[in-house]
Amino acid sequence: MTTLVTVLLLAMLAGTAITIARVRGVFVAVMLTGIYSLLSASWMLVLDAPDVAFTEAAVGAGVATVLMLSALALTTNQERRPDRPTILPLVVVVLTGSVLVYGTLDLPSIGDPLAPAQQHVVPRYLHESPHEIHIPNVVTSVLASYRGYDTLGETTVIFTAGLGVIMILGGAQQVLSWQRSRRREDEEGAIELDDYTAAPLPEPRDPIRPEHGWDARGEAAASGGEGAGDDEGAAPEEDA
Amino acid sequence: MNHLIVPRVMAKIMIPFILLYAFYVQFHGDYSPGGGFQAGVIFAAAVILYTLIFRVAEAERAVRPSAVRVIGALGLLLYAGVGVVTLFKGGAYLEYGVLKHDPVHGQHLGILLVELGVGVCVAAIMISIFYAFVDFLRAQ
Repeated sequence: MTTLVTVLLLAMLAGTAITIARVRGVFVAVMLTGIYSLLSASWMLVLDAPDVAFTEAAVGAGVATVLMLSALALTTNQERRPDRPTILPLVVVVLTGSVLVYGTLDLPSIGDPLAPAQQHVVPRYLHESPHEIHIPNVVTSVLASYRGYDTLGETTVIFTAGLGVIMILGGAQQVLSWQRSRRREDEEGAIELDDYTAAPLPEPRDPIRPEHGWDARGEAAASGGEGAGDDEGAAPEEDA
Repeated sequence: MNHLIVPRVMAKIMIPFILLYAFYVQFHGDYSPGGGFQAGVIFAAAVILYTLIFRVAEAERAVRPSAVRVIGALGLLLYAGVGVVTLFKGGAYLEYGVLKHDPVHGQHLGILLVELGVGVCVAAIMISIFYAFVDFLRAQ
């Protein structure tokens, strides 16, 4: 029964992976990665690793899908067709895959008590954890206590990754708003195009610019009271 | 907004339970699968669901973006700080046994604090990343 479920899950995983590789719509691909995560979470559960399954379901199928969708909103949702034939990448992938599969032939089978992974520190953790830490879930005692350094490092990685995303998106946002203000002034004819391209990239936050723009607009609004047609002519003179 | 009436009502019912479940996973991690990381992600999922269903402004009023970033840093500091405390108590870095008189109780306390730090940090960072995307999309 377990074998049947495993084979079924792995077949569905492989099918989902191939579909993700072949599909052109990025939105479909993102939803399929969510399904892939859910399938692998079920498979982890079959392998008696509920902690990993839990993480995979919560992160992979839940939050990661939402984050991918929000990232998708920043780009197009159609993958470009490759302009070169894709034979060489296929050959490389097939070769790498077969080498990896060949490598697994030497590995001990899943759950083998004589596997090196079960011989090293695992017996000590399993035997001593009830006396030393007295927590029924050995996974927690290994993660938080025996391997506390690793978990601290992982938490730092998550924190750093989050900071990176915040800084990249925040910086891009500043550049965007700066470009927009430049474009607006360009449309008003305040700056010659040559100056615009020749000038080195200024700081995203220019302390003078918003004030200046506000001033010019204020002038335009003030003159707008007298005659709306004069606005176009008034603004450039103001800046020059 | 009328077509969102069913998701809105469902979310109103579900979100408290999702949050409660996050706390269960956080503090029951010693006895059942789960721990700080999973709890943090589930907590963040509840906030993200709130943001998706209701307006972003309302979510930002409930969970302030500036506060979330500080809280994320505090979570990591809590984890690292437990190690510093064990150093001052005469143990090795992150050796929880010295936190209390009985080493087993010290381990319990240390694991509780460390998992809390992980949960707080992960939840805050996930929410912050989502807010960063939302902010960027709103600015465009």
